[in-house]
Amino acid sequence: MQPVLEISNLQASAGDVSILKGVNLTVGGGELHAIMGPNGSGKSTLAAVLAGRDEYQINGGSVRYRGEDLLEMEPDERAREGVFLAFQYPVELPGVSMMNFLKQAVSSVREHRGEPPLRAVDLLRLSREKAALIGLDHKLVRRSVNEGFSGGEKKRNEIFQLAMLDPVLAILDETDSGLDIDALRSVADGVNRLRSKERAFLIITHYQRLLNYIVPDFVHVMVEGRIARSGGKELALELESRGYDWVAREPILA
Amino acid sequence: MPARQALEIPFVHAVEKCFAEHLHGDLGWWRDRCHKGMTCFRRLGFPTQRQESWKYTSLASVLRQPLATGGSPIPYPGPLPWVDGLDAHVGVFVDGRLDKSRSSLASLPPGVLVTDLHRAGFSRACNLGTLANSTRHPFVALNTAFLTGGAFVLIDANVFLDKPIHVMHLATSNRGRLAQPRTLVHAFRESRASVIESVHLESAGPSLINAVSEYQLENLTHVSRYELQDPAAHVSCVSSLDVTPGYSSRFENHCFTFGGDVVRNNVRVLQIRMDSETVLNGLFMARNRSHVDNHTLVHHAVPDGFSSENYRGILDDHATGVFNGKVLVAPDAQKTNAYQTNKSIVLSDTARMFAKPELEIYADDVKCSHGATTGQLSEDALFYLRTRGLTIKDARTLLLQAFAGEITGEVPHAALREALNQRVTASLQG
Repeated sequence: MQPVLEISNLQASAGDVSILKGVNLTVGGGELHAIMGPNGSGKSTLAAVLAGRDEYQINGGSVRYRGEDLLEMEPDERAREGVFLAFQYPVELPGVSMMNFLKQAVSSVREHRGEPPLRAVDLLRLSREKAALIGLDHKLVRRSVNEGFSGGEKKRNEIFQLAMLDPVLAILDETDSGLDIDALRSVADGVNRLRSKERAFLIITHYQRLLNYIVPDFVHVMVEGRIARSGGKELALELESRGYDWVAREPILA
Repeated sequence: MPARQALEIPFVHAVEKCFAEHLHGDLGWWRDRCHKGMTCFRRLGFPTQRQESWKYTSLASVLRQPLATGGSPIPYPGPLPWVDGLDAHVGVFVDGRLDKSRSSLASLPPGVLVTDLHRAGFSRACNLGTLANSTRHPFVALNTAFLTGGAFVLIDANVFLDKPIHVMHLATSNRGRLAQPRTLVHAFRESRASVIESVHLESAGPSLINAVSEYQLENLTHVSRYELQDPAAHVSCVSSLDVTPGYSSRFENHCFTFGGDVVRNNVRVLQIRMDSETVLNGLFMARNRSHVDNHTLVHHAVPDGFSSENYRGILDDHATGVFNGKVLVAPDAQKTNAYQTNKSIVLSDTARMFAKPELEIYADDVKCSHGATTGQLSEDALFYLRTRGLTIKDARTLLLQAFAGEITGEVPHAALREALNQRVTASLQG
């Protein structure tokens, strides 16, 4: 079966600073991969590059998404093809109503998949259903996107959008950062409900604690712009007890 | 003599010629006002860019054009499509004369009068020309010199009007390429009303609209004015508004500009009664070589006044925007609160915005603030929307609609607000 994502020898830089120095990673359909690593190791850059942020230059390597060259696609094409990024810092959009935003996002994705546009009433029903699924207060849908949302509400709103857009590959960039334990658990519950054979996850996190609630199929450790070690879920526990330093000292390339 | 003034000479000669003809007409009780207006205009002349308040706005391209019209006159322009049917009491004034057949004023409640200025009579329209000052403002003087009619709106004491009154000025090109609509609104004690004003001039060649509005508001009134400006690309517009709010009254002005060659709006509010509130909002969208200049003056002459201004602009191509907001707080005007913001989005490298807040404060116990930002759409916001599947074009449109929506959203009348939002969208997609 064709993998969802195949990253080979990916190198990227911001200005003169080289950040990704040859990342290799393959994600199969329905798999959940966690990428861990110390601050500054390039985890969030990898997420941004996969979503199409143009402030990074690609210096080498390739990324294939369901066999296609992902790096050739515009950010919105990637989204319509089923790539979703949950932001570490979701952007506030004053004056842009959540409902209007969801309508445009959902219809652009549906149109691309050849599905008919949702009627307003069906969109509202779908948003109620998905909000309930991931524990987002549906009253937030009447507000402007992320404006005045608490930290927890912003993160939950990202998972809510994930549920609405039904992606093939969901990338979560430090979704656990800044959350208290209750909010963390509820976000994790939401993610678990969205796991399926058709959806792969790439979860970027600094701490092991999220992986207590979201059990990964694979764990990768990123150090200095490379995947330094890969393993099963037990690797996360080892990192928790031993820290990141030993990985850097004893690199075993995946 | 500087070249700029030389350009105006044919225009001024034409004005003189027209004025001589104008005096042959039946001017009734305002003949003296016309004479005074012309005397003032002769003394003031057209403003030049050497005057501080016209520093960024040049009328040279307007004044270079001949005043007399060429070709066959357009007898009867229709209203702009998007300002028609706004769920309002509509008074249509063709060259300053009320056209009853085109108006829909039958459902006006008792105590509200929408009529011709010349029919209103001296006693009712005695404020004509007393709020708008001909001795200081050349365009007011020019408009006054050529008074042939106009709109008169009277709202009697204690009348609450839910539906807005729409004063729609239609100018034919029979009178040359200079249209000078005039509006006088008098709201009596404890009345409440909304007035929409729009001017439509249909002309084949470059033309100038010189509109003057005066609002006399008595004590405890609440009046909102909505000015809708959407002239064709070859039509320039100078619009002057003078307001005196009464004791404990509230006045709102919402000005929307979507087109035109050179557009200059002068808003002057004189707060000489205590405890009055003024809200001035504006939205301007300019593209190509359009130039939109909003000049506001709020003069707080007495204590306990409040004013708040919020102007937003979207500029594309080679367009230029100007915002000059002057707040004058007199020594006696203690406990004044005056706020002002101006935000502009510049979409091209060649569009420009000049923002100039001017706070002159002579009292010591006041709260005044101002802020101006000019920038581009946020890259973070655009990227966020694109990662949700929106094309760059749709993402930009959505963000600009939201930006403009902060001003249109303040309009309480649903039909008008919806028409404005649609006009904004059409402008973004045009």
